Amino acid sequence: MKTYLPPKFLVERDLERCIKCEVCVNQCSFDNHYYDAEDDEMKSRTENCAGCHRCVTFCPTGALTVRRNPLEYRDNYNWRPEYIEDIIKQAETGSILLTGMGNDKGQRIYWDHLVLNASQVTNPSIDPLREPMELTTFLGGKPDRLELDADRKLKTKLTPQVRLEVPVMFAAMSYGAVSLNVHQSLARAATEMGTLWNTGEGGLHPTLYKYGKNTIVQVASGRFGVHPEYLDTARVVEIKIGQGAKPGIGGHLPGEKVSAEVSTTRMIPQGTDALSPAPQHDIYSIEDLAQLVYALKEATHYQKPVSVKIAAVHNSAAIASGMVRAGADIIVLDGLRGATGAAPKVIRDNVGIPIELALASVDSRLRQEGIRNRASIVISGGIRGSADVAKAVALGADAVYIGTAALIALGCRLCQQCHTGKCAWGICTSDLFLSKRINPEIGARRLANLLRGWSLELKEMLGGMGINALESLRGNRLALRGVGLNENELDTLGVRMAGS
Amino acid sequence: MATQVNEPKISIDASGLYYRELNERLKELANNGTRQVELHNVYGQRYIGTSLNAPLEIEIHGTPGNDLGAFMDGPRITVYGNAQDGCGNTMNDGEIIVHGHAGDIIGLSARGGRIFVRDSVGYRAGIHMKEYQEKKPTVVIGGTAQDFLGEYMAGGVLVLLGLNGGGEHRANFIGTGMHGGAVYLKGNVEKYQLGREVGMARPSEDDWQLIKKLVVEFAGHFKYNADEILKGEFIKLFPLYLRPYGRIYAP
Repeated sequence: MKTYLPPKFLVERDLERCIKCEVCVNQCSFDNHYYDAEDDEMKSRTENCAGCHRCVTFCPTGALTVRRNPLEYRDNYNWRPEYIEDIIKQAETGSILLTGMGNDKGQRIYWDHLVLNASQVTNPSIDPLREPMELTTFLGGKPDRLELDADRKLKTKLTPQVRLEVPVMFAAMSYGAVSLNVHQSLARAATEMGTLWNTGEGGLHPTLYKYGKNTIVQVASGRFGVHPEYLDTARVVEIKIGQGAKPGIGGHLPGEKVSAEVSTTRMIPQGTDALSPAPQHDIYSIEDLAQLVYALKEATHYQKPVSVKIAAVHNSAAIASGMVRAGADIIVLDGLRGATGAAPKVIRDNVGIPIELALASVDSRLRQEGIRNRASIVISGGIRGSADVAKAVALGADAVYIGTAALIALGCRLCQQCHTGKCAWGICTSDLFLSKRINPEIGARRLANLLRGWSLELKEMLGGMGINALESLRGNRLALRGVGLNENELDTLGVRMAGS
Repeated sequence: MATQVNEPKISIDASGLYYRELNERLKELANNGTRQVELHNVYGQRYIGTSLNAPLEIEIHGTPGNDLGAFMDGPRITVYGNAQDGCGNTMNDGEIIVHGHAGDIIGLSARGGRIFVRDSVGYRAGIHMKEYQEKKPTVVIGGTAQDFLGEYMAGGVLVLLGLNGGGEHRANFIGTGMHGGAVYLKGNVEKYQLGREVGMARPSEDDWQLIKKLVVEFAGHFKYNADEILKGEFIKLFPLYLRPYGRIYAP
């Protein structure tokens, strides 16, 4: 069938600069550039361009640029190009539209409507470059009270705690979705920076067991690669109930991505589909969740915190209360803008709630019930910079996960082609030719640099507020004010209007 | 599996013991090299066998709780009584023999190990079992099963003998989403009882060898006559597609 889809991008080549070196041909995994020997010319199949900028970045003479296709439709606020083009695609395939990365729609981003406080006159700000400043965070349940014995030694038995030097961890991205070199980059960077990375639900490659002290392993509905050594190696075990990009639905790693190597970590035969059922069939209730939480605690001898991750949905606050009561030491909320290696577009863009609102309501609910201390709260889903981290901590988060931001550090340009497995940056692919493009040495350096930069910025913001430990900002919503929000929004966020 | 039987069999009275204490005791015994344990008066204690990565033989008299042998890697458990839900959940290796019924999701996501149940089982038995290299989970059920038997099955072997119902199986949605492994079933099922992804065939010679081996083993555990069991007709259920959902998505 001839496709009626117009090209998304135009690739422009400055023929005066082009030296026909064919770097663009080699770099493009979407089959856009080619050399026409007959005409002795470099040409483009522009309809294939995903807008990933790989060719632009690597063209040695800077001869390339990629522009949005200027083709205009007649103005129609209802029938915007995206809807027209989705209909064309479905008329041609009869299928569910898949996509990658996170929600790209315009639902309100509350971080942009929250501003932080600073000290002026009545309390001194602190200069973080010359005074001690602490970002150390301990994840895990905290006791209701502490008891000391006569020698002032701690009598209370603490549940397992995990120390983070920076309250930013790398979010779950499974091997199979991302390449082994990405996993290695994340593991190394997490180890260097004193934080944690997360295997996702596809198991842990044997070469990465040595990073176990900085590794969160996931147990999801597919139970891929879950076996005793996997659980033993980890620092934290995370039960994945849901994901912000696709709340309520399962996953599906197509057989062609299950390479020989991927098969060893997922522990399924090469080439078979890896289906993750929508629910975990041993969890239909909070009581069932408690059962799996304690099964994992038994399996890990009560030595490791058990985390439970859900997608942020309408009744997250009540669910979170259940999760804490079910014995979760860490609860993870993944918001509307959380990303994915593949999800139905309709789900990604329309299901779930913004993480800011979910975080505020969960933190408030747990406080009202007097159980906030029993679990740490970690949030994820669209954290873009250190300011988002600071605001999240002030709203009540103990730490955040970053997925998209980490991938951008590795080269991702958010072209949303993850589900095709053709990632030209070598990130979201199991193609060995492409995945070599991530050098774990350089990848780890870029990721560690990002966390270093954010840490410095966090300290600057804290210092400005006259606070010398992140602990003092945690759940301190008076450090925030809202701008351009209505009363309901301010109320849900538990934040006052700027100026009041 | 039982290489040393000289050591004394340790006996534990589990009445009034919380599951954590009971499993802690078992762990200590396993670490001390004990190879045989007898548990009496078991009333619903969960996770028995979970964190014992040793070839311990556990005899359970009573009713163990949910997640019996969850994440188990090695032990052999014999239950004189009924097992509850989640028996053999995500099991890696080991054996569970139930002289009675078992509840829902028996063998959920198991990658290895073997489960024999004398009587019937609940819903979604063998759901999402998978196999990998030499690991191949095996579940043999003497009676019948409820709906969604072998759902999402990605590997392994399920045998359903129908000994207690005159060869009649009432389960619907059998093998829904199945994309690997095989179900061998004695007695009849109608096409409408199967998931759309499931094919039906007569067992091949290789299949017969496997069925015989497992039935002989089953009969040995529960004092049945294997030849009697093998007399009836068997049906093989298998996945029609290795990629059941490959075509419903578009880039």
